[in-house]
Amino acid sequence: MMKEQATMALSADPYNIIITGVGGQGNVLASRVMGNMLMEKGLHITIGETFGASQRGGSVMSHLRVSAAADVSPQIPRGRAHLVVSLEPTEALRVLKDYGNAKVLVLCNMRPIHAIGVISGEAQYPATAELKKWIGDLSQNAWYVNATEAAMAMGNPIFGNVMLVGALAATGVLPLDRDSFATVMARMMPGDKVARNMEAFDKGKLLIDN
Amino acid sequence: MSYLIQGQKGERRLFMGNEAIARGALEAGVSVAAGYPGTPSSEIIENLAAVAGERNLYVEWSVNEKVALEVAAAASFAGLRALCVMKQNGVNVASDFLLHLAGSGTRGGLVLVPCDDPGALSSVNEGESRHFARMIEIPLLEPGNFQEAKEMIQYAFELSEQLRTLVMVRSVTRLSHASGDVTLGELPQSAARAFFKHDGFILDPLEGPMISSPVEYKHGLQQEKIKQAAELFETSPFNTYTGPPQPEVLLITSSVCNLYSLEAVRLLEAGERVGVLKMGTTWPLPAGVLEKHLRRAAKVLIVEEVIPFLEENVKILAAELAPAVGVKTFYGKRDGTIPATGEMNPDRVIEGLAKVLGVQYAAMPADYAQKALESAFFGAPVRELTFCPGCPHRASFWSIHNILQLDHRQGFVCGDIGCYSMAMLPTGFSSLSTLHAMGSGTGLASGFGMLKPFGLNQPVLAVSGDSTFFHAVMPALANAAHNRADITLVVLDNSGTAMTGFQPHPGLPVDAAGLEVEALDIARICEAMGATVRQCDPFDLQKTQETLLELIGEEKGLKVLVLKQLCALSPEKKGKKMYHMRIDASLCRGENCGCNRLCTRVFKCPGLTWDKEESVSRIDEVICAGCGVCASICPVGAIGKEEAV
Repeated sequence: MMKEQATMALSADPYNIIITGVGGQGNVLASRVMGNMLMEKGLHITIGETFGASQRGGSVMSHLRVSAAADVSPQIPRGRAHLVVSLEPTEALRVLKDYGNAKVLVLCNMRPIHAIGVISGEAQYPATAELKKWIGDLSQNAWYVNATEAAMAMGNPIFGNVMLVGALAATGVLPLDRDSFATVMARMMPGDKVARNMEAFDKGKLLIDN
Repeated sequence: MSYLIQGQKGERRLFMGNEAIARGALEAGVSVAAGYPGTPSSEIIENLAAVAGERNLYVEWSVNEKVALEVAAAASFAGLRALCVMKQNGVNVASDFLLHLAGSGTRGGLVLVPCDDPGALSSVNEGESRHFARMIEIPLLEPGNFQEAKEMIQYAFELSEQLRTLVMVRSVTRLSHASGDVTLGELPQSAARAFFKHDGFILDPLEGPMISSPVEYKHGLQQEKIKQAAELFETSPFNTYTGPPQPEVLLITSSVCNLYSLEAVRLLEAGERVGVLKMGTTWPLPAGVLEKHLRRAAKVLIVEEVIPFLEENVKILAAELAPAVGVKTFYGKRDGTIPATGEMNPDRVIEGLAKVLGVQYAAMPADYAQKALESAFFGAPVRELTFCPGCPHRASFWSIHNILQLDHRQGFVCGDIGCYSMAMLPTGFSSLSTLHAMGSGTGLASGFGMLKPFGLNQPVLAVSGDSTFFHAVMPALANAAHNRADITLVVLDNSGTAMTGFQPHPGLPVDAAGLEVEALDIARICEAMGATVRQCDPFDLQKTQETLLELIGEEKGLKVLVLKQLCALSPEKKGKKMYHMRIDASLCRGENCGCNRLCTRVFKCPGLTWDKEESVSRIDEVICAGCGVCASICPVGAIGKEEAV
């Protein structure tokens, strides 16, 4: 049943997703988990990512492309994102500058991570309301969630990335379901970590459902 | 069981390019793999090391790339299939042996995988390994997608055994570090045995000694092998053509640029006007394949990364084939249609192809682009690279920077390769004055240290990581000792090849397979070379700075300070705080303090934030790693630390 729904649910081919955040937020894991979940649905996946700054405070971006065919570029062309999942709000704007368009959807975690230019006082970090206005203006629809806070309530902010996968599942824009998440977790994670990640996924869903 | 060896033949898996390469080596029945860590290549050896026990392999992290290639070659000489992996710069390091290896030939299949980094996403150069294949006359393959990354490795082993020469399979960052789905093949049951035949006739390739002499004879043999490779490549399935029989423009490409080119043709809706010839066998180029496709069009666009390697080689063949294929107009890097530097992407190909086709393309409506640009300008402050919270390098360079300021003789630091290369940026207080290759910091320092007779009286410092120390610093240090250079080497020992993901090196008590080994002691090695050696914990700022001042105060001799502290991301430390940090807002004097916000304006660890409204520093609990160093920086003691339990 789900398999037929899967291809139906892709509103474009290739469907272009950008997962963005700051080094250390678990961007790469989120993109791999989502890629594997969508592959479970029989779709072809290409993921391009920049690892260089992955743990060093820089902006990190994964390009996840879903297609009924193989062989798409690991870099999404300018202006061609269908969905942006952002672990940090200013990173959503940075991505929209290059890959946005009037129809793009945005799922954004609102917890700020200050760049060192902000910490040192050379640059300003914008107010939440401003960020939401800009992101809203540049997208067709945007969901704002506080995944880091929910993850901290679970004991570790790193679960924020899996929570966003759960939240994305709840939006219904992609054929991501709990069963395929469980299958992928069982394959990718050591056994003792599966339960906590399932919990994070479920709590992430609540961020949208509530 | 590792993800890499699960699954049956015919199953599809989402693999990173590097995993596909590792899987290809396993399906080819590789027995030995060696490499030196370097982004974007490291996951290949890592993945093979993880299955070494189950798959009966010997896998090692070698001390450097030249030794890695020698280790892999030894396995080949003894009849085994061997893989050698490195980032592009590594090929420069290995190139001396590489030239001689091309001369001596190989026995068991030997495949060299260099991973280039166009655009220098994780490098301090965007050098190329492809020209080595042409220079030393060995076959070169370039995978154009993830499936090919696996299959080409298997083919490369066969080709290597057929021609008895080393084969190069070149990857790039956007293939190595991208992921795509790969259909699995079978993993063979291997029972490979090693024996080195060496006492046969001197010219016997299978039983004689493995040497590059007699040089002219062996060189001729090498050129014969290259001719044979060109013939074999005429029917290679890795060279593919997509497009109409007689397009207006023939686009010739290789590697991941193939995927960008196909996307560019699709977005320009130019499928009727453009044919894409993807070359998988890029050295030597098969003349027959080129002849067949060059006939198709008068305009030829060549898309590749980074130097015009394919472009030049195609042009040579096109000149030779001109009577048969006619005169062509070429577009590419040499005429500026395609940028000559940096990495490619779909938009760069679109721009070049649109020019050749004479069409317009706008990636975004102008009003959206303008609005997005403004929002990002005001709303997304630049995120400069920074040392991680809790990184020992921030503390080390804080000390180095401060003592050089105190010392007043305009001393300087020769930098080296690792995370600590970022000390050239404000995160390391812009402390590095030179930055080149692995080990160059100490080599340059050794040279500066000899310039006293010419009046150079500045203190000369070099820095080196622990893995870099073994890779290339030891010979430079021996040189400094022997020639009596007056320098201070600071070894930033964070107990692992941290930048690339904690691969072991000879200074650690563990090898690539996770087995216990004897660790080599960096301090004792330096002592044995005659250096004055001190050791400190870089988190102890006061002791580190006192020791550094003492060492650079001593004008004569070779001095070494080993600053030992685990990387904040090391498996032992990650996620564990040494201290809970707290700011006493009643003590912090904010903007009114004479320190001018030393903690956030200068030290600027990402774990600290500046609360502008309250004019006080704060700890970001999510980011702070609890190293405790900032407590030693605050002049009024407003930052407190409490041991974490």
